[in-house]
Amino acid sequence: MINNWFDKRFSLTLEKQMSVPPWVSLLVPLASIALALLVGAAFLGLTGNNPWQIYGVMFQGAFGTAYGLSETVVNAIPLLLTGLGVALAFRMLLWNIGAEGQFFMGAFGAGWVALSFPHAPAYLVLPGMLLAGFAGGALWGLLPAIPRALLGVNETLTTLMLNYVAILWVDYLIYGPWRDPHGFNFPLTAQFSQAATLPSLFGTRMHAGLFIALAAAVAVYIIMKHTTWGYEIRVIGESHQAARYAGINVAKNILLVMLISGGLSGLAGFCQVSAITHRLQESISPGYGYTAIIVAWLGKLNPWAIIVVSLLFGGFLVGVYMMESAGLPAATVSILEGAILFFVLAGEMLTRYRIRLERRNA
Amino acid sequence: MAEILVDMRSITKRFPGILANDAIDFQVERGEIHALLGENGAGKSTLMSVLSGFYRPDAGEIWLRGRKASLHSPRQALDHGIGMVHQHFRLVETFTVVENVLLGTTGGPQLFLNRRKYEGTIAGFAKNYGIDIDPRAKIWQLSVGEKQRIEILKLLYRGADILILDEPTAVLTPQDVRDLFKTLRQMTDSGQAIILITHKLQEVMEVADRITVLRKGRNAGTVFKKDVDERMLTGMMVERDLLTVTPPRQHRIGAPVLRLKNASVIGDRGLIALKGVSLEVRSGEILGVAGITGNGQRELAEAITGLRPLTRGKLLIGNADLTNQGPGRLIRAGVGSIPEDRLGTGLVPGLDIYDNVILKDYRRDPISRRQIIDRHAVSDRANRLVSKFQIQTSDLNYPVRLMSGGNLQRLLLAREISLQPKLVIASYPVRGLDVGATESVYRLLTDLCNKGVAILLISEDLDELLSLADRIAVLFRGEIMGIVDAKEADIEDLGLMMVGVLKEPAGA
Repeated sequence: MINNWFDKRFSLTLEKQMSVPPWVSLLVPLASIALALLVGAAFLGLTGNNPWQIYGVMFQGAFGTAYGLSETVVNAIPLLLTGLGVALAFRMLLWNIGAEGQFFMGAFGAGWVALSFPHAPAYLVLPGMLLAGFAGGALWGLLPAIPRALLGVNETLTTLMLNYVAILWVDYLIYGPWRDPHGFNFPLTAQFSQAATLPSLFGTRMHAGLFIALAAAVAVYIIMKHTTWGYEIRVIGESHQAARYAGINVAKNILLVMLISGGLSGLAGFCQVSAITHRLQESISPGYGYTAIIVAWLGKLNPWAIIVVSLLFGGFLVGVYMMESAGLPAATVSILEGAILFFVLAGEMLTRYRIRLERRNA
Repeated sequence: MAEILVDMRSITKRFPGILANDAIDFQVERGEIHALLGENGAGKSTLMSVLSGFYRPDAGEIWLRGRKASLHSPRQALDHGIGMVHQHFRLVETFTVVENVLLGTTGGPQLFLNRRKYEGTIAGFAKNYGIDIDPRAKIWQLSVGEKQRIEILKLLYRGADILILDEPTAVLTPQDVRDLFKTLRQMTDSGQAIILITHKLQEVMEVADRITVLRKGRNAGTVFKKDVDERMLTGMMVERDLLTVTPPRQHRIGAPVLRLKNASVIGDRGLIALKGVSLEVRSGEILGVAGITGNGQRELAEAITGLRPLTRGKLLIGNADLTNQGPGRLIRAGVGSIPEDRLGTGLVPGLDIYDNVILKDYRRDPISRRQIIDRHAVSDRANRLVSKFQIQTSDLNYPVRLMSGGNLQRLLLAREISLQPKLVIASYPVRGLDVGATESVYRLLTDLCNKGVAILLISEDLDELLSLADRIAVLFRGEIMGIVDAKEADIEDLGLMMVGVLKEPAGA
């Protein structure tokens, strides 16, 4: 009945904005983060904490020390790779929310090579793991792309569902056939050989995956900006009809884009098991593939911006550990992440539409 | 004189690049069936969307029953007694008739529905209008005609006495059409007014009392049915404005560029849209395609540009058989096209001018080499086209959807011309454009033709075709009714061919 009351007195209309000044598109993500932090502060305040102190601890922990910074980068690497993968698909309006599953299949592919060739030298096993990791993620991306391209099956649902399949497949392996016989019955595979480990940087947990991720960002930028393929992706993302009119094969591009998109997430899975966990185990991802969606969106699908946002969200994850040691549940960070995405999407709406509220004169 | 229920005064409604309604006056009286007749794009649906509260006019006033009204929503319009039956029904398929009729009514059942009580009332209510329905039937069990009657019933039950029906017979069988007209007559007898949106002349002559013809967003006249015949209405519907200026033509006609032999295609709704169409366009020639919109013009353009596969027949460009080779192959063979949907098909709305000028040849030298796009070549071309074709833009980096209709069309033509086509398919190239833009489009097309390009010009404007084209083919229900020489063509005969009354032997 509130609806009725409102309807009788006001009319609310959304009008498409024709153009958006550039400062607005920069201001909106920044304002959304600020508002999300305020919402988080209210939540922390209500649970009897001093929010500003906690934010201080988080920030100090993530960016204030050399160790914290190195850990921030460690978390930013998989976020950057999955974020780029998601962004590539989003550019074509393919809603690939299956980065998490593609990450796990990448980890599986890399793990399979590492465990199958425990005595191979680094110059063979690492490229092999990289290729297998990419292929694992790519095939997992391709799988939902086929029904999408041929029959128009909505990829949002299929990519999401395949996440669970991939995660449970890795679970099956580490609880079953791949479980380390000398592992005291823990759900872990045997540790990979030293040769199957990506070199670390400066004696921290930072690793050579950083260069893979940055190279991927440059590659995505070049593809989108300078190649005919990137041009096709942009045209398809804007209008399928115009693409067909220009002789662009839409179905082929759906397959190709999902292949590369999944492959990038697969690379993230490879980096993670090779450099960080050194084995397949349950907690190889704190949800990188899901956070990637927020990273890609907040970065407006721009590779350079996604690098910055990955570092920010990498810092968030490090901040979690700090908050946990301060006795706060890790879920607080999920609340903050959710709030940020919420405000970004709402802000996006405000830049694209103008809301008009008018009093009815009847 | 009967009471004037609806009085729309000087209604103007603008969409980006298009003036959909241009100071239209429109009146409806109690007890009449008033047909709103016009081509697609003439502004019928826009005008009725304004009346039923979906759009707000940019200028003009609506007076209802002698009082000025402002309509902000369909619900407000309904409060004033105005209801619209859309082509796509708005019924809940899994609900029963009664549930659909009651849905959203005020003062009806609150939490619990006393089925039996309402079933009786609604069935009785329907019977007054000669509508015979089972109130317990679920919507998905009903035929299309029955669903339409439920839509009408829904509006009547809400107290609507001004009913707008949007192309109501498009989906009906002849039997259903007769029933519908009987119902409509019963309604006007009991004091309701009906507005019938249509472009079918026979129906208008059968059922309407008065007729308002819209043309290019303007009111081309309101007449009593008893004073007119089909031929006069056709004359009012199709464009008879004098052409602005037609640029001079050199008639140096060469070898055939396009040959379409006995071509058939299937339309979007799975029905045959073109039936055994044969035509050829020669170098330096303009072949006009006339017809009332929706008789296969779009499918013809799509077939020739490779977007729609031929189920039968052959498509030849020059001497090469390019039947079902796809749009990319036809673009490379030199087929340019100005599609009906300029922004969205011909141009990519969200991309800038740079990206739009390379849409057709981004894969080829000099625009790209080894998959890498040469930004310099792109910006050279964009700047050259913008200055040569006088495209007004403040910034080449802005998305093209911000440009005006005339500039969009110039940009689209500029791109197609820059590809040095052998054949250009132009669909309604001046629709919605102002005089200046129209002139420049005509000039560009004749220049092309004078340079030896073959042009297929699809248009609903007979005067345009008569003054620009060498020959005119008339399409009716996917078939060519005849191809006539433009110099000898009789506009009345063309009109009769457009409505399927006259068929010339193939040839010419």
